[in-house]
Amino acid sequence: MSLDPVKIGFIPLVDAAIPIIAADVGFAAEEGIALELVREVSWANIRDRLTLGHFDGAHLLAPIAIATTLGLATVKVPLAAPLALGLNGNAVTMSPPLFEAIRRHMAPGARMADPRATGAAFKAVVEERRRNGDEPPTLGMTFPFSTHNYQLRLWLAAAGVEPDEDVRLAVVPPPFMVDALENAHVEGFCVGAPWNSVAVEYKLGRILHLGVELVRRCPEKVLAVRAHWLAQNPELAARLVRACVRAADWLDEPNNREEAARRLAAPNRLDVHAHIIQRALDGRLATGDGDEARISDSYILFGGDGATRPDHRHARWLHAQMVRWRQAADDPAGAELAAASYRADVYDAALGRAAPPEEDDPLGVFTD
Amino acid sequence: MPDRDRPLKIVLIDASPERAAIMEQGLRDAGHTTIMRITDHVNLLARIYAIDPDVILIDLENPSRDVLEQMFQVSRAVRRPVGMFVDQSDSASIEAAIDAGVSAYVVDGLKRERVQPILATTISRFRAFAKLRAELEQAKSQLEERKTVDRAKGILMRAKKIDEDEAYALLRKAAMNEKKKIVEIAQSVITAAELLG
Repeated sequence: MSLDPVKIGFIPLVDAAIPIIAADVGFAAEEGIALELVREVSWANIRDRLTLGHFDGAHLLAPIAIATTLGLATVKVPLAAPLALGLNGNAVTMSPPLFEAIRRHMAPGARMADPRATGAAFKAVVEERRRNGDEPPTLGMTFPFSTHNYQLRLWLAAAGVEPDEDVRLAVVPPPFMVDALENAHVEGFCVGAPWNSVAVEYKLGRILHLGVELVRRCPEKVLAVRAHWLAQNPELAARLVRACVRAADWLDEPNNREEAARRLAAPNRLDVHAHIIQRALDGRLATGDGDEARISDSYILFGGDGATRPDHRHARWLHAQMVRWRQAADDPAGAELAAASYRADVYDAALGRAAPPEEDDPLGVFTD
Repeated sequence: MPDRDRPLKIVLIDASPERAAIMEQGLRDAGHTTIMRITDHVNLLARIYAIDPDVILIDLENPSRDVLEQMFQVSRAVRRPVGMFVDQSDSASIEAAIDAGVSAYVVDGLKRERVQPILATTISRFRAFAKLRAELEQAKSQLEERKTVDRAKGILMRAKKIDEDEAYALLRKAAMNEKKKIVEIAQSVITAAELLG
């Protein structure tokens, strides 16, 4: 039996694990798919190659899939997300001096894992710098349309720090993030795994927050395809969804973590040491603050907790962030288009499952 | 001053200095004089804002492309908004550029007639460079193959006390019989000799 070729572009990040495992452990082949993964260097490339048809699908930042569907800052091509590539996985890391400055300004007895407390302390740092005539901190994030951007803005704005006035937010490609911290081009960043742990490993950064401390179930990457491709290839798309869900379930099995870390570490995949990748998979991240490790069983979610099912409320929330930060017009039609690009119907049909009951709070934002 | 009279400031961001040089020459030949090259990624956005270019060309192997996407955002730091050079109706141009391995960012309001020739030059130079690189790769691998075949011939000549032509004939015969390339047979000979050696 010959396999149907499907080509997917990915960025070397731990949350590309689902398509990587689907391709490399054989779940795609079991569904009759020859899954070819193409490593890319920028989200803009992935977006363009997906919309031009060089790729059938992409490991894509969920907000980019929505922005492309709406034609924000790019050519408008309707995309669809029949699968979420898990949830969560980000962290906020600060340079050791900025981390210490935040600690010095913490209210007595406040915990460093409490984003309200760290936000207030960070605001005090920003104000102190302004009084001293010093430059405001520059914080790195991965793309304008990214959860990293929105998570940082959420944390800043909740503390009364105006993200576009009081600090500088700069796009830094993930592989350059640690380098930018070392050279003081940024003093902190929000990025996905494994880059926070890489900064900790080189003693250049300390993890201030796991993403889950800001948003308990945060949308992150989706498997994005062109809406047209999905309409033309419904049966192939269903097989792709099944292969990815199997891969996600395989990733959830603790006994598979070591093999998963090893496979993700391969030179043609992430090309990062397996033991650093394993920290993300285990949800046990050394913060670099003494011997502290921040532990969370949902630091990064693959199959568990319904993480692969695209939830239209996640798309609506992302669209609301675009509106809040002036990337998108406050247009109800835009929100509906964003929501409609999350294809839970395709997901449910592929798995032969009925739609599960919706939980009350799909996100768990710390300010709510 | 009318748009067509003002010389355009062009920034080339390319991690390959060779390609950037070829590009710059191509643009100079086309009459453009204000061209700046950036080959690293340090403080990229601040440098671009300082230069205030009309056109930015960036190779697609460059992760810094995502940094440029920030120029679309509403921000006090941006003096002039930057838009995609090509509008919705011009997807063929985008495709040609992406296929060639380059992307262009152009300041809003710049006339399309002024940008088209720049992009055409860029695309043709990128293609020429890719062809050159492919030819170089091929030449390199041919050289490697010849070295492998030479080593295998030497092994056969010593082991079987035959001359070079006979050694080559042996390799060729084995390749024909096994429907493989001579270089593959040569590699097997070398591997076997190393294992037995």
